[in-house]
Amino acid sequence: MSEDTLIENGTGEGAMRAREGAPLIDPDNPPFLLGDSMRGGYGAADILHECTIAAEKGQITVIVGPNGAGKSTAMKAIFGMLDLRAGKVTIGGKDITGLSPQERVAEGMAFVPQTNNIFPSMTVEENLEMGAFLRRDDIAGTMEEVYELFPVLKEKRHQLAGELSGGQRQQVAVGRALMTRPTVLMLDEPTAGVSPIVMDELFDRIIEIARTGLTILMVEQNARQALEIADMGYVLVQGRNRYTDTGARLLADPEVRRSFLGG
Amino acid sequence: MDILNAFVLLANFVIVPALAYGSQLALGALGVTLIYGILRFSNFAHGDTMAFGTMVTILVTWWFWSMGISAGPLPTALLALPFGIAATALLVLATDRAVYRFYRRVKAKPVIFVIASLGVMFILNGIVRFVIGPDDRNFADGERFLVTAREFRQMTGLREGLAIKTTQALTVVIAILVVIALFWFLNRTRTGKSMRAYSDNEDLALLSGIDPERVVVITWVIAAGLATIAGVLYGLDKSFKPFTYFQLLLPIFASAIVGGLGNPLGAIAGGYLVAFSEVAVTYAYKKFFAYLLPERLEPEGLMQLLSTDYKFAVSFAILILVLLFRPTGLFRGKAV
Amino acid sequence: MSINMKNVALFAVIFGLIAAVGIWQSWSVAFAILNLGLISALMSLGVNMQWGYAGLFNVGTMGFVALGGLATVLVAMPPVKEAWAAGGGRMMGALAVGALTILAARLVWQRMAPGRRRGLALAAVLILGFIAYRWLYVPAANAIESIDPASTGYLGGLDLEVLIAWPVGGLLAAGAAWIVAKTALGLRSDYLAIATLGIAEIIVAVMKNEEWLDRGVKNVIGIPRPFMVPYEVEIQQQPWFLDMASGLGTDPVSLSSIWVKLLYAALFTVVLLVILWMAEMALKSPWGRMMRAIRDNEVAAEAMGKDVTARHLQIFVLGSAVIGIAGAMLTTLDGQLTPGTYNPLRFTFLIWVMVIVGGSGNNWGAILGGFLIWFLWVEVEALGPMLMEFFTFWLPDGNPVREHLMKSAAHMRLLTMGVILLLVLRFSPRGLIPEK
Repeated sequence: MSEDTLIENGTGEGAMRAREGAPLIDPDNPPFLLGDSMRGGYGAADILHECTIAAEKGQITVIVGPNGAGKSTAMKAIFGMLDLRAGKVTIGGKDITGLSPQERVAEGMAFVPQTNNIFPSMTVEENLEMGAFLRRDDIAGTMEEVYELFPVLKEKRHQLAGELSGGQRQQVAVGRALMTRPTVLMLDEPTAGVSPIVMDELFDRIIEIARTGLTILMVEQNARQALEIADMGYVLVQGRNRYTDTGARLLADPEVRRSFLGG
Repeated sequence: MDILNAFVLLANFVIVPALAYGSQLALGALGVTLIYGILRFSNFAHGDTMAFGTMVTILVTWWFWSMGISAGPLPTALLALPFGIAATALLVLATDRAVYRFYRRVKAKPVIFVIASLGVMFILNGIVRFVIGPDDRNFADGERFLVTAREFRQMTGLREGLAIKTTQALTVVIAILVVIALFWFLNRTRTGKSMRAYSDNEDLALLSGIDPERVVVITWVIAAGLATIAGVLYGLDKSFKPFTYFQLLLPIFASAIVGGLGNPLGAIAGGYLVAFSEVAVTYAYKKFFAYLLPERLEPEGLMQLLSTDYKFAVSFAILILVLLFRPTGLFRGKAV
Repeated sequence: MSINMKNVALFAVIFGLIAAVGIWQSWSVAFAILNLGLISALMSLGVNMQWGYAGLFNVGTMGFVALGGLATVLVAMPPVKEAWAAGGGRMMGALAVGALTILAARLVWQRMAPGRRRGLALAAVLILGFIAYRWLYVPAANAIESIDPASTGYLGGLDLEVLIAWPVGGLLAAGAAWIVAKTALGLRSDYLAIATLGIAEIIVAVMKNEEWLDRGVKNVIGIPRPFMVPYEVEIQQQPWFLDMASGLGTDPVSLSSIWVKLLYAALFTVVLLVILWMAEMALKSPWGRMMRAIRDNEVAAEAMGKDVTARHLQIFVLGSAVIGIAGAMLTTLDGQLTPGTYNPLRFTFLIWVMVIVGGSGNNWGAILGGFLIWFLWVEVEALGPMLMEFFTFWLPDGNPVREHLMKSAAHMRLLTMGVILLLVLRFSPRGLIPEK
């Protein structure tokens, strides 16, 4: 795993402790994807409080935290699914705070929702085609890449997506998102409700995708396993940055382990 | 010979009429089910949309007659049909702009859409009666029969004749062509697939960059086309009367629900199921059994299960049975 | 019932409009509008109970109105003894067999294990039951309908006071509503709508075709009036009445017609106020609060352990009963049952316009909507030809366009109602008197 130079161990209390609070952002050299000091929520009350999430190209960034910590909300805020009252979102340095989710798709973001993330009464292939709806060029190459990544989908490409198993549906969902050839892939709890074996398999695929240079941002309930594959991890509590460090250091911190990873 | 006669009798009075009627219902139900799948409400104005399209077609037909244009052996109305479809498409798009779009924007409950469609129904009903009046209109011309009963008897030597009206044959042929075209569109074209995607999972369709307003516009245009074709075919086959078209709502809804609301294949199956049940249950089988049974067993009564006045009860009974035992419809629609 | 000046003013306006008709058109017409306005208000109140309290979408009002009308015949008409002798017993047997068949089929379905045997048993019960039913029914119907078909040809009624028919009409409507609701409630709202649309068509079809029951489209005329409402010819002979007429300076004939309408109006007002009072009390009770809680958030109510479907069933049956009572009142007022005149646009959709315009969820609103829309419905009909006359004055008499427009003007009111419904739904969705 690559060491992140951007984030320094602010507390300086030895290698075993993870950095507390939000990441330090260098304004002259911002990370590829950045949700900076985001504040907002669905109703009148704020869920996110000055929450900052950053992700780099070719890396897997994972957001973890207890229930109700605002993990999914943070991701949705980055994708433009809720209005921010403060803060901004940038991609490659470009401010996209005012864009709708659809417009962000055109900017290279792809989002895999936690549930209802496929078109159940359409075939696997049609699901992928719909993923590429905005593209006017030949999509056969991208589709072949997705099939290489998920060979089982090629096998079942004429089957209805709704008839597949849970793990296969997640593959369809990820594959659909990849069809736009995004630079950022965002996954909301991709392993919710799948078996441990399927989860490992899915994480392997996600690592593979990251290696091709995509920015991966993922919210995970299975924090320990997710941090194992994460380059960077964010621990959120009540909509605030609690810890921010590499996956390995978060896993090594006894305090983080005890409070958030179940010992 | 008697068995053949019995079969021909049945074909003449049950199978052929039910095929034609079923095709008309199927086209109507397809329109309802598409609207339901995309816009997610039961459009109570659909019957009157059919009436409107038919009315425009009739007016253009009359105009053609006055100019001496005809389609030879085929009904002139077929030439006027594209005008009817175009006018109806404009009409439904206008109602969508003026009425439904607002409720989409505020994300109103489905039942509000239904009530709005009641308002549209009133208006269309008023327009149609205002323009063409509430009375029966017959606008079929051209060759009346493809095969007359007499020709059939001479040809086969049977005692029973099988008459096939041109309009019946046309109905079935046009319905098949329309259904093939519709399914090709939905399953093979990018736009058609985006409609299915939208119907399947609206949020994900948005994430994929599918433009909902475009989908809605196309859906309305297709529904207008289906409604007009269904209405004109029904009117050619029987006759045009605004109130009858309003009453068609029940069998059409029954067809769509039986097949599973939102499921196009189901709508077609539902249409034929309702039509065959309706015709079969209200047919008097006396003569049919007279052919099959020995003379002393010949039935006394009409052997009619239900008087034709109750044909609506058949749709209703089917509807109730489906709601009781399989509310998602035979083909698994979207709604519970 | 807090007194709200705006609401008082709204009611004042509508009664003022009716009074204006009395002054400038005729008092007889004004009272006719008032009477049907009262009945419409009651129907609208019934629909409002279902829609406003519980969010249930009933488009079968026509059927429940018609059942109320049927009740007046069954209760108030004298029995036709010859018809009863000819086929009454057999017809009752047929109906009993029909009911037993359905019960037996239900039992088979519930008691037997699913499988081929159950299917066969069910088919056998239904087929045998149907044959037995037809065997009893056909001769009975023919026998009854052949008894003096020009004036009777039906079984007649119980020869009771017609006022009894009002609650009976409510009961009949409640029964039909129960059957519909049992099947369609708990499914999505569109299904209830379509099921009610269907049952209404069927009820009217039965009433049009079962001549042994109510003479079908041959109509039943001369339904007796309530005991306190005399016939015009009777009062015209009363000395006190003649005195009053001369005192008012009107002719006794037209005064008698107004007098009768006035009595009906009083009667209807009493019924409307009683039902309104009960509805208001119910709405304010814990039961009513629960109803509205369910309507506003079904999921939450269900999570709190409320049986949503059972509550919906209750309110649906109650609302339909109110509509049935109104239907019986309507037929009583007409003095005849004419099944051919039950038309969904008039008896279902118009009532909906009343509820939406008046203010769904508010009983006073529903009543105001009933009066207002009924008033417009009547007056637009009169106004239509006048407008057409005005717009086509430059066309010569006998011009085909003018003739056509004049003839079609009556359909303007459908259009008007549609426009009103859409405008209110869009710009004032809470109606004239919004829910508190």
